[in-house]
Amino acid sequence: MRYRIREKPPYQNVVDRIIGWGRKYSIFFYPFITACCGMEYMSVASSHYDIDRFGAGLPRFSPRQADVLLVVGTINHKIAPILLRVWNQMAEPKWCISFGACASVGGPYDNYAILQGIDRIVPVDIYIPGCPPRPEAVIDALMKLQEKIQNQKHPLFK
Amino acid sequence: MTPEEIITRLNERFPEHGLECRVDKGHAVVDISLDRLSELLKALKDEADFGFNMLMDVTAVDWLERDMRFDIVYHLYSVDHNHRLRIKVMVADGQSVPSSVKLWTIADWMEREIWDMYGIRFDGHPNLKRLLLYEEFKGHPLRKDYPYDKRQPLIPDTWPVRDEQQKMDDLGIHRP
Repeated sequence: MRYRIREKPPYQNVVDRIIGWGRKYSIFFYPFITACCGMEYMSVASSHYDIDRFGAGLPRFSPRQADVLLVVGTINHKIAPILLRVWNQMAEPKWCISFGACASVGGPYDNYAILQGIDRIVPVDIYIPGCPPRPEAVIDALMKLQEKIQNQKHPLFK
Repeated sequence: MTPEEIITRLNERFPEHGLECRVDKGHAVVDISLDRLSELLKALKDEADFGFNMLMDVTAVDWLERDMRFDIVYHLYSVDHNHRLRIKVMVADGQSVPSSVKLWTIADWMEREIWDMYGIRFDGHPNLKRLLLYEEFKGHPLRKDYPYDKRQPLIPDTWPVRDEQQKMDDLGIHRP
């Protein structure tokens, strides 16, 4: 993958901040749930921990409509090509959160079947540790992702 | 029948085999050699007083140091009589076992799983290919000499995606 930094127009900083502000409060998750971390995701998404406060309350179950791929649970070698395909189907701009120890580094499963971290096949923006993570950790990761989106450059024309 | 009655009945039915039977943890257990296995299984399925019409499990055990390396273990259950039987067969590495798909259809997947995980072949199986793992997998992972940290070449042991992501994070740009 090649990328380059062009000369930016003088108003680019302001544009980046405005677009970043808009994008960080309209996150649509695609929950790719394969294991027990899904229970924690449900708890986060429901009313008690209410991530709708952060503008991320509505999961889209089509990768075409989602902004953030949320990989929740153990990914083994057999499902890894499907995960990569889902990631490639998502439209730009897109981000990825690795939810829990299994998705991040393979967790306790150091064996023949489990992918040792999804960052071998998809680029990950935020890693959430924990087995499974507390809902507070997920909310912390969501706020970190919002901060990252706010501070990123958002080139509209490439 | 109680486990003791099953053992008595088995010894009456197969006096020439000299079956080694015992009661272990409340179940009757039979050790039998490989060449007599299919005859025994057929009798247990078809004869009415045994009536083992349900194959609960077929699995394998790997004893790495032993001469006959594997155990194949059959768990049988009779729905009509509510009794159970466990059968153990010793198999050497590379030896193949007669398939019991013709007796119990469920043995199809169980024997495919044993082939997948232990690499023991079954003679007469209609479709002996991997059940759980993918076709490109090399080796049989539940053998004791399969290294636990061996990785398969389907997904390489490198992190090009992660390194690219970290470079872009350092520059503060979103992926183009």
